[in-house]
Amino acid sequence: MTKKAFRPDVDAPDYKGAYVPYDIIKEGAIAVLVVLILTAALAIVFSSPDEKAVTIKTWSNADAVDFAQTAGDELTGTSGVAGYGAPYNNGGESQHWGFLSPEKWIGVHIAINTTNDFVINPLSDQPAQPALTKALNQWKSASSTTQAAWGAAYSKVEANLTYTNGQVHIPTTAAGPIPVLLNYVTQMARSGALDQALIAQNGFYTTNYTKPLLFISDGTYFAGLATKQHLAGDQWGMMNETGQYPGQAWLWLYTFWYQISPYNTSASGDFLVWGTMMILTALLILLPFIPGLRSIPRRLKIYRIIWREHYATEA
Amino acid sequence: MSNAQIERQWTSRLRHRVVDKLPPERLLPDTQPAYVASWIYVFGVTTMAALGIVILTGIILALDGPQWWHSSSLGHFVNSMHLWSVEIFFFAMVVHLWGKFSMAAWRGGRSMTWVTGGVTFLASILAGFTGYVSQTNFDSQWISTQAKDGINSTGGGAFFNVLNLGQMLMWHIVLLPLAAVVLTGLHVIMVRVKGVVPPFDDNAEVSA
Repeated sequence: MTKKAFRPDVDAPDYKGAYVPYDIIKEGAIAVLVVLILTAALAIVFSSPDEKAVTIKTWSNADAVDFAQTAGDELTGTSGVAGYGAPYNNGGESQHWGFLSPEKWIGVHIAINTTNDFVINPLSDQPAQPALTKALNQWKSASSTTQAAWGAAYSKVEANLTYTNGQVHIPTTAAGPIPVLLNYVTQMARSGALDQALIAQNGFYTTNYTKPLLFISDGTYFAGLATKQHLAGDQWGMMNETGQYPGQAWLWLYTFWYQISPYNTSASGDFLVWGTMMILTALLILLPFIPGLRSIPRRLKIYRIIWREHYATEA
Repeated sequence: MSNAQIERQWTSRLRHRVVDKLPPERLLPDTQPAYVASWIYVFGVTTMAALGIVILTGIILALDGPQWWHSSSLGHFVNSMHLWSVEIFFFAMVVHLWGKFSMAAWRGGRSMTWVTGGVTFLASILAGFTGYVSQTNFDSQWISTQAKDGINSTGGGAFFNVLNLGQMLMWHIVLLPLAAVVLTGLHVIMVRVKGVVPPFDDNAEVSA
């Protein structure tokens, strides 16, 4: 039998020392009991957060102007979702690092056309009303150039949009049917009908809330509520939850990257964060096979504290 | 049928292999090496105990559907237990991970024990995340709409749509718990087969 050099970070010495009694079942039972008691105590003392979900109805009733402006952006194709890119549409530039852009390579898989999906189709399913029907027909029969011209005229005065006496007011006559459409979609939203219309696009049975969530996330109302609850991205929001709860504290490193440059300044920040975390995760999992990294614990010597009784006995 | 024929059966061979690798006294030991004498060793079993309570409270929450806990005080309490057992689970798991790192617990042919532990940690993070986005409340709305950007940037959002409650809930209550339990089972079996890693000994040698 040949001998090979002992590799202290790979090989383990044969243990020829003493053994002591060990009741594995008793240990497990005690652990379950202790964790059960601790869990129940924490649940009784601290409970758990449960802030009500935001609906398009609550949003449009709380801030009709923000809703109408967002709906205007969805209609004219200038919202965040409209310019998002894959997997929703072809708007905007995909996130990338050099030539790497998996988002772009995979392309559109959850097709979202904000103009039709968020405004025109829901309004088209409403009971016929002369003014609404006329506005819809005007929009649908217009060329894309004309629609873009209406959109450009609307964008110029969007900041001056008001909501009074149950009506949306837009100070322009150059925006074609946009003011009428926004007025009706705001009324629809405030009644709760738009929530149902967006969900019902998936059929009778559905558990997919992609469209209403994307719509809500385009407005400033939703983000404002989150900021008040310390949930914004620059508030380490990814790992937090509402109230004073620990949240997903184990995501601290993932969230950390969003707080520093270049991750928080790059247009491809998400991709850079995920790329960094994938590399770090691979290093963690493959640690036993990586020379140098696998030597760290031996050099740190924290094991001397863990096994202090063993080393004391040896000495 | 002769004894030789019986011994050649797949079932007999499998039984022999299992018993050789993991005899009952190693699966359920009544002694352990004297060096296993630190509080750090408690966090492995604590992680498993917390996982058991996470699953138990999750099963209770599943009985009456995903929205029951919003309108029932009992449901809210069970949800609170689910949340806090998850917090304990991750706390214990992370301490366990750093403890095992400090011991270089992959030594002596235990590298796959480390790898399965690392993959279990990943599966658990995904399980926790899908739970957060399946709560059907403001937190689930906000976390999912924020998280979509990261996942979409990798191209994964096309197939793993965090805004699709049905998909997230199925991953949370079926696929990821199954993965976590199977991986934990494999991890524990590996620990039992190889035993707890011995302390460093700079003067030791092994046979090739």
